[in-house]
Amino acid sequence: MRPQTPGAHLPEHPDFLWRNPEPKRSYDVVIVGGGGHGLATAHYLAKNHGITKVAVLEKGWLAGGNMARNTTLIRSNYLWDESARIYEHSLKLWESLEDDLGYPILFSQRGVLNLAHSLQDVRDSVRRVEANKLNGIDAQWVEPDEVKKLCSIVNTSSDIRYPVLGATYQPRAGIAKHDYVAWGFARRADQAGIDIIQGCEVTGFVTDGDRVTGVRTSRGDIAAGQVALCAAGHTAVLTEMLGIRVPVQSHPLQALVSELLEPVHPTIVMSNAIHVYVSQAHKGELVMGAGIDSYNGYGQRGAFHIIERQMAAAVELFPVFARAHLLRTWGGIVDVTPDASPIVGRTPYRNVYLNCGWGTGGFKATPGVGWCLADTIARDELHPYTAPFSLDRFITGALVDEHGAAAVAH
Amino acid sequence: MQLIECPWCGPREETEFHYGGQAHVAYPQDPAAMSDEEWAHYIFFRANPKGPFAERWSHSAGCRRWFNAVRDTATYRFHGVYRLDERKPTIS
Ligand SMILES: Cc1cc2nc3c(=O)[nH]c(=O)nc-3n(C[C@H](O)[C@H](O)[C@H](O)COP(=O)(O)OP(=O)(O)OC[C@H]3O[C@@H](n4cnc5c(N)ncnc54)[C@H](O)[C@@H]3O)c2cc1C
Ligand SMILES: [Zn+2]
Repeated sequence: MRPQTPGAHLPEHPDFLWRNPEPKRSYDVVIVGGGGHGLATAHYLAKNHGITKVAVLEKGWLAGGNMARNTTLIRSNYLWDESARIYEHSLKLWESLEDDLGYPILFSQRGVLNLAHSLQDVRDSVRRVEANKLNGIDAQWVEPDEVKKLCSIVNTSSDIRYPVLGATYQPRAGIAKHDYVAWGFARRADQAGIDIIQGCEVTGFVTDGDRVTGVRTSRGDIAAGQVALCAAGHTAVLTEMLGIRVPVQSHPLQALVSELLEPVHPTIVMSNAIHVYVSQAHKGELVMGAGIDSYNGYGQRGAFHIIERQMAAAVELFPVFARAHLLRTWGGIVDVTPDASPIVGRTPYRNVYLNCGWGTGGFKATPGVGWCLADTIARDELHPYTAPFSLDRFITGALVDEHGAAAVAH
Repeated sequence: MQLIECPWCGPREETEFHYGGQAHVAYPQDPAAMSDEEWAHYIFFRANPKGPFAERWSHSAGCRRWFNAVRDTATYRFHGVYRLDERKPTIS
């Protein structure tokens, strides 16, 4: 018998996932964007607040945006209290999400190592570990020999260009199967009576003074009591239609996978300085990501030289990868803010809520932000976990500056 | 990877260039008179269109000069490059 890669046997899907209803003429809540964030918001609106006259409008296919394109890393080892709170809230939800959704999501808590390559990296990392601990988040500083124990293929020799001087370690970090997460949320929301409408692009808004009364779509006008924008990289296109300015810039972000390999990489390894991060998917592919392409773009693809740099970094750090074949690459469009933190909360329109700016790192926030946004919509009051991320922080100066602080922004 | 036309050096590999974001963002005329909101808009808020976008590029690994370009952010195609003292070309 041939050896089997653990995780190669993915669970079978049920035949039926969700209905494909015709849009109704009116809903209490219209969510624009059927990615993870929109779907999670819909689920928690039904589950936590009993609000089910809800439509999730998706211009393409369900979760075909960044939700289908991300590298699925989940962690909560962020520096600032505001970030730690929302990402840790999310991580706790991930830990029971499979039961909540009644659907497998293959959440695998295999831990994350964020490598330090210079004395300054070491100091920043130790500081972040202490900050994490004060916020009740599992975090440790590990020396190079412990890095080697946790992931034996990392090159810890001292004579490479960016030697590994140690790492932060969050054991509860992990990965999940992103498609299954989306399908699980969609299925539960659908079961609660929420309409998930694919192939329905929001092309404009119907306004009345400081309220939006409905959305214009490629499938007709739909009246809405409240509107939540969950359009990730396309947020600026929507807010432009509302005449609202939001400080986001859309950039391509690329990722790639290798062919299937035997289990070689038991944890997640990230490096800020040489900017590559790696995990091994359940089936066996090495999943790798890098930083954004520098220019603004909506094309869901990026430039090849970014991949080249990322591969060079990966091979230096993991010499065994030199012989692995690249299977495919792809890009998503992420919305980046000036302080590398999301924007969640109110807009100048009384009944329109904004959720964007999660940039390169919003997958891990999926259940957490859905929970908080549903609460905000239901009570028309900002949830304390997302309140620090309001749009007006760019005017008041109360930024939550995670650039550099949180170790590679994914 | 694509060729970008430097107004001085001609077409060169994209890797020789550095991106500078939105073009034509003028320094405020009367900074002392500006409100916090106006400052915020000057510092943090930039256009982010899906389509033609006037932006800045520097030929950092070549002549090291800055120039402007109109590029389509949906297709990534450059419609035209122009020097800082030239007018933005009209793209039909
Ligand atoms: C390559 C890559 C790697 C990443 N890696 C990680 C990672 O490891 N960990 C992590 O935490 N995060 C990661 N991210 C970021 C993460 O994917 C995003 O922050 C997150 O998915 C954003 O929320 P979302 O799921 O709702 O967005 P999306 O899935 O993009 O959802 C937005 C949806 O809105 C739809 N839409 C847009 N405009 C309209 C309209 N006018 N009408 C109707 N629908 C519309 C889009 O089609 C899309 O489906 C990565 C992203 C990329 C691209
Ligand atoms: Zn030049």
